Amino acid sequence: MSKVTELYVNGSRHRLAAEPERSLLSVLREELNLTGSKYGCGEGQCGACTVLLDGRPVRSCITLLSAAAGKQITTIEGLEKNGRLHPLQQAFLDADALQCGYCTPGMIISALGLLRKNPNPSEQEIIQAMEGNICRCGTYPRIVAAIRQAAKAQKGGAL
Amino acid sequence: MTEIIYEPERYELEAAPVYHFELARRDFFKVLGGGIVVIFTLKDVLAQQESGGGRQRDFGRAMPQEIGAWLHIGEDSVVTVYTGKVEVGQNIRTSLTQVVAEELHVPLTAIRLVMGDTELTPFDMGTFGSRTTPVMATQLRRVAATARELLLDLAAEQWKEDRASLVVSEGKIVHPATKRSLSFGQLTRGQKLMKTISGNVATTPADQWRVAGKSVPKVDGRVFVTGKHQFTPDIKLPGMLYGKVLRPAAFGATLASLDTQAAENLPGVVVVRDGNFVGVAAPSEHLAARAIAAIKAEWKTTPQPSSKELFDYLKKNAVETQGAEGRSGFTRGSITEGLAAAQHKLEGTYTVAYIAHAPLEPRAAVAEWRDDRLTVWTGTQRPFGVRSELATAFRIPEERVRVIMPDTGSGYGGKHTGEAALEAARLAKAAGKPVKLVWTREEEFTWAYFRPAGVIEIASGVQNDGTITAWEFHNYNSGAAAIRTLYDIPHQRIQFHAARSPLRQGSYRALAATANHFARETHMDELAALVKMDPLEFRLKNLKDERLRAVLEAAAKAFGWGKRKASSDRGFGIAGGFEKGSYVASCAEVALDRKSGQVRITRVVTAFECGAIINPDGLKNQIEGAIVQGIGGALFEAIEFEDGKILNPRFSRYRVPRFSDLPLLETILLDRKDLPSAGAGETPIVCLAPAVGNAIFNATGVRLRSLPMVPNGLQA
Repeated sequence: MSKVTELYVNGSRHRLAAEPERSLLSVLREELNLTGSKYGCGEGQCGACTVLLDGRPVRSCITLLSAAAGKQITTIEGLEKNGRLHPLQQAFLDADALQCGYCTPGMIISALGLLRKNPNPSEQEIIQAMEGNICRCGTYPRIVAAIRQAAKAQKGGAL
Repeated sequence: MTEIIYEPERYELEAAPVYHFELARRDFFKVLGGGIVVIFTLKDVLAQQESGGGRQRDFGRAMPQEIGAWLHIGEDSVVTVYTGKVEVGQNIRTSLTQVVAEELHVPLTAIRLVMGDTELTPFDMGTFGSRTTPVMATQLRRVAATARELLLDLAAEQWKEDRASLVVSEGKIVHPATKRSLSFGQLTRGQKLMKTISGNVATTPADQWRVAGKSVPKVDGRVFVTGKHQFTPDIKLPGMLYGKVLRPAAFGATLASLDTQAAENLPGVVVVRDGNFVGVAAPSEHLAARAIAAIKAEWKTTPQPSSKELFDYLKKNAVETQGAEGRSGFTRGSITEGLAAAQHKLEGTYTVAYIAHAPLEPRAAVAEWRDDRLTVWTGTQRPFGVRSELATAFRIPEERVRVIMPDTGSGYGGKHTGEAALEAARLAKAAGKPVKLVWTREEEFTWAYFRPAGVIEIASGVQNDGTITAWEFHNYNSGAAAIRTLYDIPHQRIQFHAARSPLRQGSYRALAATANHFARETHMDELAALVKMDPLEFRLKNLKDERLRAVLEAAAKAFGWGKRKASSDRGFGIAGGFEKGSYVASCAEVALDRKSGQVRITRVVTAFECGAIINPDGLKNQIEGAIVQGIGGALFEAIEFEDGKILNPRFSRYRVPRFSDLPLLETILLDRKDLPSAGAGETPIVCLAPAVGNAIFNATGVRLRSLPMVPNGLQA
């Protein structure tokens, strides 16, 4: 199979040459040096590697590079704009919704996927959408609070 | 000087090293096609005899007494603080910054902490045992206060003014009478601060704190929410290769045959065999995985016990423990007498399973050799311990090894050892290039160490009025932490029994305090039921310790203990305890679906007291996190194993708490400004399991004595 030669990440086109059967996560991290997305399990069970693919959250550790080619990829690195944090990032800071911070990028991206689809989710909807993301430090209550705060902050505006 | 308590169950520190590297030339395979030439010299090998036992000898090493070892003020007035403690999510980067800011009167933003770098920071035994707050915060407080006094001296001398007429404020020494001021940087001009740290320097009492004692946000939170923080797996060095290790087919397996030809034929791949260690380094992770898959190995395995027979095995394989007193045992009065004085006798056996820490960042290391010096970046709670392991394994002096610990994706006691560091360093030595090695989740679940399993037997006697007269408590294998009871019982015999463990085991958040509290506080509940007393009332009747009474009463009050009646599908439980200088009580409410057997913890109220609180919101975060993590061990987490293999080494088969498991959490902080601050990352976990078990009993009358309690739901 021929190599994948370009990817669209965070609004930019990246040139590369990588085998299509590699995981999107390994290519983002190794080839593009976008290390914000984390390896946590390699089987799509922990959510640390979550990125948006055409706006939809996917686990990049089990997404083949070939499936991401030609699509718009959003990673944690794409959220801060001109030194301004995204409302979700700010909400995570305000709620101190992290301890070690390893799950945080995946949490924020999963939450972004949720809020884009459902700008005003109920607590139950948040829990359902976030069920695939593990925080081993147990900051779940704070993450729920942060997502609610971000949803409130963005009322009427697009995320 | 700080005393070091050696806790007997830190099994991972006593175990034999994982690797004995031969480091001999014949064990190397040269690369055929990839152009990488393996270069190394034998003089390293011969340079030193194996020093052995490098893991233990540093206990009790003294801390440096010069300010300059701990704190530096730059010409720009930036304060750099050096500590061997490490950040794994306990928020100590922030809380330690707070205590320095408090004593030095500088803004938080003027302080930078260098943590866990063996070249830059003073020696530290490791970040465990909840000792950062009582020991390191106290030390840095003294350092900062001594530096503050030195700065006052310098300014007084320069201005020829009375020292008492000067004030310290916002990084400056000010002489209010003449409105003169000098910044710290102007005073010290970047020079090393040579004054000896004073043991009796005045530090600010907790009731006058302005920065400490406040819920300040994480000092570096921004790098985490933007994904910019570089955890060890995110580090990339020029020319770096990716490493991978061939794992044995089972624990204790030895190589019977090995064929690495196909792996060696892959472009750019280096294959290393050294004793039982077989690994590869390759230009990409992908290729490293392919190379490992291409290796043909046959392993000789031996039959081993399985999780099904675990508890019998531990009892049968108990070994005599030296010394019935001290941390591993305690005797008071006579059990025979105590039982004779009781109207009711009760016996109970409690078990806890092996569980995995499963830190979301698996073990990882980046190793680089340069001019016979080794630098390793790795996520470990013991950077100096790992330095020692590396020096021993490669037979070089510790001075030629530097271990740097980037703030790491959690540990929970699970990252005290340096396996990944050793592996990456071994591969890097062979490849002649830096090597990064990140364990897979399956490797982390299999080749790390586990929280010890254990069997606890209790025999007790109680009188009709609820007075406990006898308490005999034996813990097999899990450990001695918090093995003693705070209840006032005249006749006690308490003993920890070490045992041969089928699995590699080691420290886990709160050590055996979780197991011992589970057994003790479950048994207390059983005794209360036996004499038909309210569980809270029963505890208080047998308890004089004011601090434990205070948390029990605070939790009960906030929970509304006794106000609601249990039903067959809803129950309430309470448990209290003490460990590592902190007191905790948890009240739990559970909801049961009797048809499906599903158990849900719906509400947990935890009262916590750890002396003077340094960062209330940071503390609250730790307590909440401990409760959430505790849910896993209480309800469903257990490692299953058979014949030296882990049967559930991945998140799809090893369930950890998720969003939907989250109860309503309330935390009550009792701030005792009159008491020294104790650490709080561990102890809040210890009462969750017994409180939940007691709540299940409260609803159903079913007594659960094994952790996890309901891995497959509530049976019958």
